[in-house]
Amino acid sequence: MAVLPEQVIYMDNNATTRIAPEVLDAMMPYLTQFYGNPSSMHTFGGQVGQAISQARQQIADLLGADPGEIVFTSCGTESDSTAILSAIQSFPEKNHVVTTRVEHPAVKNLCDNLEIFTGRKYHVTRLPVAADGTLDMQRYRESLTDDTAIVSVMWANNETGVLFPVEEMAQIARERGVLFHTDAVQAVGKVPINLRETAIDFLSLSGHKLHAPKGIGVLYVRKGTPYIPFMNGGHQEHGRRGGTENVASIIGLGRACALAAEKMEEENTRVRALRDKLEQGLLSTVPKALRNGHPTQRLPNTANISFEYVEGEAILLHMNQLNICASSGSACTSGSLEPSHVLRAMGVPFTAAHGSIRFSLSIYNNEEEVDFVLARMPDIITKLRALSPFWEDK
Amino acid sequence: MWEYTDKVQDHFINPRNVGEIEDADGVGNVGSIACGDALRLTIKVDENQVITDAKFKTFGCASAIASSSMLTEMLKGMKLEDAKRLTNDDIARALGGLPKEKMHCSVMGREALEAAIADYTGAILPMAQGEVVCECFGVTDLEIIRAIRENALTSVEDITNFTKAGGGCGKCEGKLRALLTETMAGEAGQPTGVAKKKRMTTLEKIKKIEEVVEREIKPTLKKDGGDIRLIDVDGDFVTVSLRGSCANCHSSQTTLKEYVERKLREQVLESLIVEEDK
Repeated sequence: MAVLPEQVIYMDNNATTRIAPEVLDAMMPYLTQFYGNPSSMHTFGGQVGQAISQARQQIADLLGADPGEIVFTSCGTESDSTAILSAIQSFPEKNHVVTTRVEHPAVKNLCDNLEIFTGRKYHVTRLPVAADGTLDMQRYRESLTDDTAIVSVMWANNETGVLFPVEEMAQIARERGVLFHTDAVQAVGKVPINLRETAIDFLSLSGHKLHAPKGIGVLYVRKGTPYIPFMNGGHQEHGRRGGTENVASIIGLGRACALAAEKMEEENTRVRALRDKLEQGLLSTVPKALRNGHPTQRLPNTANISFEYVEGEAILLHMNQLNICASSGSACTSGSLEPSHVLRAMGVPFTAAHGSIRFSLSIYNNEEEVDFVLARMPDIITKLRALSPFWEDK
Repeated sequence: MWEYTDKVQDHFINPRNVGEIEDADGVGNVGSIACGDALRLTIKVDENQVITDAKFKTFGCASAIASSSMLTEMLKGMKLEDAKRLTNDDIARALGGLPKEKMHCSVMGREALEAAIADYTGAILPMAQGEVVCECFGVTDLEIIRAIRENALTSVEDITNFTKAGGGCGKCEGKLRALLTETMAGEAGQPTGVAKKKRMTTLEKIKKIEEVVEREIKPTLKKDGGDIRLIDVDGDFVTVSLRGSCANCHSSQTTLKEYVERKLREQVLESLIVEEDK
């Protein structure tokens, strides 16, 4: 019944990643012998606090930040909520938020429901994107007002991999006196980040997207940024986030960040080449296949391809028969009835939006796997198109 | 991940009767590419009013393809009169059930069948004449009322699961609620929707209970080291014995009522009562 990791071709790394063996090794002592509470007075617990400090430094190094600017949370979603709610509570006189139409649900749904969480009405500007998924900077500039409490714009899109110019956007926000948050969950570890040289005030990241475990996240809070905690409680994280530390996962995330720095070049060379081979191969061997998203302004690991006139869930289930793991922006995979809000915002026609497949690679993929997928995908699409009442006339 | 039955998976991976009958006697086209699923059903009817052949082409997810494939299998050799009475629930049941959110796939099958029969007999489809309530998916009030009646729907969410209405922008939610209240009020005093459905024979009921216990309940309990045995079915009373770690578990009564009974009620019969054999 169970499908074992060695049997699968895992190309769903934007959903989650495997824990790197080095990360697990670093964590194990803290899941077994060193179970002390870092807040304890005794050396047995206190030494765990030292290990956390080291992890905090490793994470700060990857981000170009100071360790004091790193706040541990439980996940990317908690980081996003903390940043946005903190900013709007810090500026009760402001009633405007700027975001985009293509944010992850962690930001999108929060912005859609701000009134429920705060009891106040907010005006939310959701910036549109072009057909290639990029933003219009002029519209962004014009959206900022004296009432804007915060801008929240993702660094890289989880569905298409398209990168937004958040460094430039943060600078513009600062000049207008507006706080800037970026959900960088997909970007951290894949693109170089140096927060010291930017005007970004808040940045969210999630451990399980970069080969650390699930259940650990980070919110970067620039020194001096007004801050109101989301979770109150003990003095942990200097009162910025209560709750006993998820020690082993924090150690794991530290190791994962150090590893990501070492592998960044491989990610942008070998992994990018694999992605390009996969994408070019699919676009050239399958008729009516389209790439979604900007060709270069994009993460090196993500390919989002639409196969017109077939439905994504059906494609995924055929791929599943071959133990190939990927995702789809089709309506049917999510339980919603409409295809991905990201593809719709880009104006991808329905003929293509329902048949989109996201392949997201990692350093653990190899060329053999790409070749296997390339060899098998055309058959799957042909088989499903033979069933499709819309295909015959094409 | 959706939990599809083996039958759904089989009909999806190996769809039967794919294609179009060239000189078809009836053609039914429903759905659209914008909606995410569409079905073209073609049927052949002989002089004795028996459907001799049925073929389909479907754009859609696994359950849409499986529902279409199963429908064509059911239709072949069926009298036209019987085909007219086929419900979406018949299709879903033949597949061993569909996830709740996918029931609209079985509704699409039934709609295509009606359209094909209407095309054959020259009748005008009454459903298409209603007033469009959900503009995103083009669903009329008559279609919604019918789904509420035939499937004894009780919530707006149910309506969306069965007809897709309300699954887009959500602006029609108020209208859906009004239709639901009206229709349910109209049904009151009459036999309930569940009872109105074809009555299950005792044999069918036992088989169905057995199937759900084996397929769904047992594997779930086994994950926690428990087990279950079906002892007896007497009217609406289902007697089971809990084994393994369930036998001594202090929350076994909760398991029994909250899980076993709920599952059986959902998938077999609303009125079932599960009891433990002591």
